[in-house]
Amino acid sequence: MSLLRESLQEVHNRLAKKEITSVDLVTESLKRIGEVDGDVRAFLLVDEEGALKRAKELDEKYSKEGTRGILASLPVGIKDNICTEGLTTTCGSQLLSNYQPVYNATVVEKLHNADAISIGKMNMDEFAMGSSNENSSFYPVHNPWDLSTVPGGSSGGSAAAVAAGEVYFALGSDTGGSIRQPAAFTGTVGLKPTYGLISRYGLVAFASSLDQIGPLTKNVEDSAYVLQAIAGHDQYDSTSANVEVPDYLSALTGDVKGLRVGVPKEMMGEGIDPKVKALIQRSLSTLESLGATIEEVSLPHSEYAVATYYLIAPAEASSNLARFDGVRYGVRKYGENLIDLYHETRSQGFGPEVKRRIMLGTYALSSGYYDAYYKKAQQVRTLIAQDFEQLFAKYDVIIGPTTPTTAFKLNERIDDPMTMYANDMCTIPANLAGLPGISVPCGLSDGLPVGLQIIGKPFAEATLLRVAHAFEQATDRLPEPKLGGGRA
Amino acid sequence: MAITKTEVEHVANLARLTLTEKETEQFTDQLNRILQMAEKLNELDTTGIEPTSHVLPMANVMREDEVRPSLPLEKVLLNAPDQKDGLVRVPAVFEG
Amino acid sequence: MSKYETVIGLEVHVELHTKSKIFCGCSTTFGVAPNIQTCPICLGHPGVLPVLNREAVNFAIKAAMALNCEIATHSKFDRKNYFYPDCPKAYQISQFDQPIGENGWLDIEVDGARKRIGITRLHLEEDAGKLTHDGDATLVDFNRVGMPLVEIVSEPDLRSPAEAKAYLEKIKSIIQYTGVSDVKLEEGSLRCDANISLRLFGQDEFGTKTELKNLNSFRNVERALQYEEVRQAKDLDDGKRIIQQTLRWNEETNEVKVMRSKEQAHDYRYFPEPDLVSLVISDEWKEEIRSSIPELPDSRKARYIKDWGLSSYDADQLTGTRNVADYFEQTVQAGADAKMAANWITGDLMGYLNSNNVEIHQSKITPTLLAGMTDLLQKGTISSKIAKTVFKEMIETGKEAAKIVEEKGLVQISDEGAIRSEVVKVIQANPQSIDDFKNGKDRALGFLVGQVMKATKGKANPQMVNEMIREELSKL
Repeated sequence: MSLLRESLQEVHNRLAKKEITSVDLVTESLKRIGEVDGDVRAFLLVDEEGALKRAKELDEKYSKEGTRGILASLPVGIKDNICTEGLTTTCGSQLLSNYQPVYNATVVEKLHNADAISIGKMNMDEFAMGSSNENSSFYPVHNPWDLSTVPGGSSGGSAAAVAAGEVYFALGSDTGGSIRQPAAFTGTVGLKPTYGLISRYGLVAFASSLDQIGPLTKNVEDSAYVLQAIAGHDQYDSTSANVEVPDYLSALTGDVKGLRVGVPKEMMGEGIDPKVKALIQRSLSTLESLGATIEEVSLPHSEYAVATYYLIAPAEASSNLARFDGVRYGVRKYGENLIDLYHETRSQGFGPEVKRRIMLGTYALSSGYYDAYYKKAQQVRTLIAQDFEQLFAKYDVIIGPTTPTTAFKLNERIDDPMTMYANDMCTIPANLAGLPGISVPCGLSDGLPVGLQIIGKPFAEATLLRVAHAFEQATDRLPEPKLGGGRA
Repeated sequence: MAITKTEVEHVANLARLTLTEKETEQFTDQLNRILQMAEKLNELDTTGIEPTSHVLPMANVMREDEVRPSLPLEKVLLNAPDQKDGLVRVPAVFEG
Repeated sequence: MSKYETVIGLEVHVELHTKSKIFCGCSTTFGVAPNIQTCPICLGHPGVLPVLNREAVNFAIKAAMALNCEIATHSKFDRKNYFYPDCPKAYQISQFDQPIGENGWLDIEVDGARKRIGITRLHLEEDAGKLTHDGDATLVDFNRVGMPLVEIVSEPDLRSPAEAKAYLEKIKSIIQYTGVSDVKLEEGSLRCDANISLRLFGQDEFGTKTELKNLNSFRNVERALQYEEVRQAKDLDDGKRIIQQTLRWNEETNEVKVMRSKEQAHDYRYFPEPDLVSLVISDEWKEEIRSSIPELPDSRKARYIKDWGLSSYDADQLTGTRNVADYFEQTVQAGADAKMAANWITGDLMGYLNSNNVEIHQSKITPTLLAGMTDLLQKGTISSKIAKTVFKEMIETGKEAAKIVEEKGLVQISDEGAIRSEVVKVIQANPQSIDDFKNGKDRALGFLVGQVMKATKGKANPQMVNEMIREELSKL
């Protein structure tokens, strides 16, 4: 088995025993990228030179001092909407194809302080807008399970790289499901933490009140390790919660006896593929056999979640993306005058989905429509959050599918934004309510992975990880994706 | 409420986007479909419901008035598409 | 007199004098090289977030209180979206529907009449960058981006350009007292836009207004408004409609130029700033700030008139800035007679400070020194003429008046014998004056007094000299 298939703990032990070096790991990772990324296309940038240099420094450092942290020396991928000083950060957009950040995101600082090695920047839907990665303005990512299907989005590059064994883990961001949905499609573990648990400083904003950074990993234990390293209050983010970060590893007890599970009927209804539904039912039985109690519940306002999301997120995005005007950075395009410069830079720099959402958001905020659209959506958001609050008085976790279907074919839905948006129906509610959610693989349907989504109370990541871990231990591990199926 | 082509053009201008004729038509159609979906929210009576701008019940997050180092000028201008004498240069402003 | 009533409202921007910017740690020092006080946050780089400066909030609350505003208990920030090269994020973080302060007022006085002007609101926001023109290009300096500002919006209560100017001067004075800004128009820490419309006297509804921008001095505010008052009246007389538009005052040509019409008006798409959390301003917080506000000019002026019998004019002079008022009060506290102190401060001292460009608190004459001098004057130790000499010496050297008087032997001669012998000598030496005096020419008396003063190097008590000359002459 490739070194890159091992868990963080396993490879950490090898490093500790000096069986391998940091350079070995980076070399292994670069080799794998060379072999498979021509097909997967998970990377927008591979920092071969920087990663090797860093690996040598770390080998030097740890030849002198003893203990290294669990993330030390591991090659990892950073989604390309997270700022990395000295490494081009494009957000998957032509407009930022030349953008050199002059600072590091807080999460990047934290990973660097933990001696993890950023090996590259991960492909994504432009400005994190999309559910298939087809909105990357550079090239789409292919799902390692079947190269003719999408890996999901917008953190498709991060998820695919982990699934294909190119990196140990990757960071993604999740605004309406952008970590959990690609995790489900690629058979990886994707965690979207509670809004405010991880600093957003340095994450290029899509929808500020919904965005959260989180890890994509091979297994639940790895997810806990990465979360431990990147969670916590940040003085540079006013919306960062000032809460104590618990020990997530010690939460992985395997014990879910007495756990009260609510299964919303709205997430197990008509829109859900029967084969997906069957795998979710089987997973619930597994949890039941482990001692959890399962009950059907209702999130009465969840049917409004997609509409609510597609007003709030584009509205915030229309303002967040206004700074990409070609004045201070990015690819400037000239016209006759300054107004033309704005128009040309933005019209040539943004892709169709980004334009569509900017248009929608601008409209929803514009004079005369604010109350009818934006304010109304913010009010419905309150109702959706209240639904969860009521359920969490009686249940510890809410469980259902991460996505209504398995990975779909590339180009299948690209011209149909409405169907594409409906794909987010199971993930969006947690973002609107600011709740943590994790997607953990629960089997294969016609050879493609299915994700089980567990949603928890605010800051109950330890509970999510405990449940996901217990489930994972009681379930057969997925085989390795074969990178077959041929490129579409 | 249906959005008209003229409104789409107005909104594009507000967002500093120039749309091709085809894009204008496409967006008019797509925005109307999305807004139709948004109409669904009107099934709900939200009278007296507080809008949620922040999910976290937080207030008064502030920093002390302390000066921190600024960026060196070469980093300020590192990404500037055009510059002169330490200033960012753009075509002449359109008003005033 | 015109048949039109002028209606003016002012929007005043005041830059708050914090050490660091409102949402990042960059320094706010004025006049440094371009773009060296910037960071990823104020440059609006992708991924950055704002964190609110507590002192900016404190200052805004303080300013709002000094302007008699009701202070919000719940306040928040909103994004005002617009594209312009001086606005890096393409939105300004401002306050829309929950400003820090509302429903305030201040009193102005024009031609002796006092009038209360309503203040609609005061809100906190960030400043924009600075643009300079360079041929067919514009150059952008982002140093000013993110400086904390308060915007103070008046009710349309002003009825003349003179009232507008008085209102602006009053704002400057009040804010200056609170110490939250140095309110310098020339450095842009005080800026003003004006709305003006005309209507027939007796008409209830307002006329169509125009907005005037770039009024960067008190003089320009008044002149631009006078210009616009005349222009609108003429258009109305000619039966033309006033077009709602934004005009820019050109101080070189003394004209206005159209910047944009209503049709081009912005749609700012305000919405709550998701990157900042709300402000809850508790009663304790409010009280803490309220207790730090010094006594303001109106109250001081009233006290000076009532308690110390100063004229309204002198009281105005003394309360114009807090430093002068504080100086005056300290001088009185040090024992000086209030009227005498007022005369010296508004006269010789201000004259010297103005012509030498010195601030009163930097003056070598401290309030105690000034009080020492007025004390000598009041006791008759020195004459007012000598006092002028002593004052000049004091302001150059910072020495005590008593010491200067002693060193230079400037003590007033009040010894009757000594003065009488000088008087007699002078009368004997000027027989022509005796005749003149007898012929009823009062000037002769003055001449003789002057001769005695000259002979005694100004040290003789002038009152005694006067009396003795009359006595001696009447003996002849």
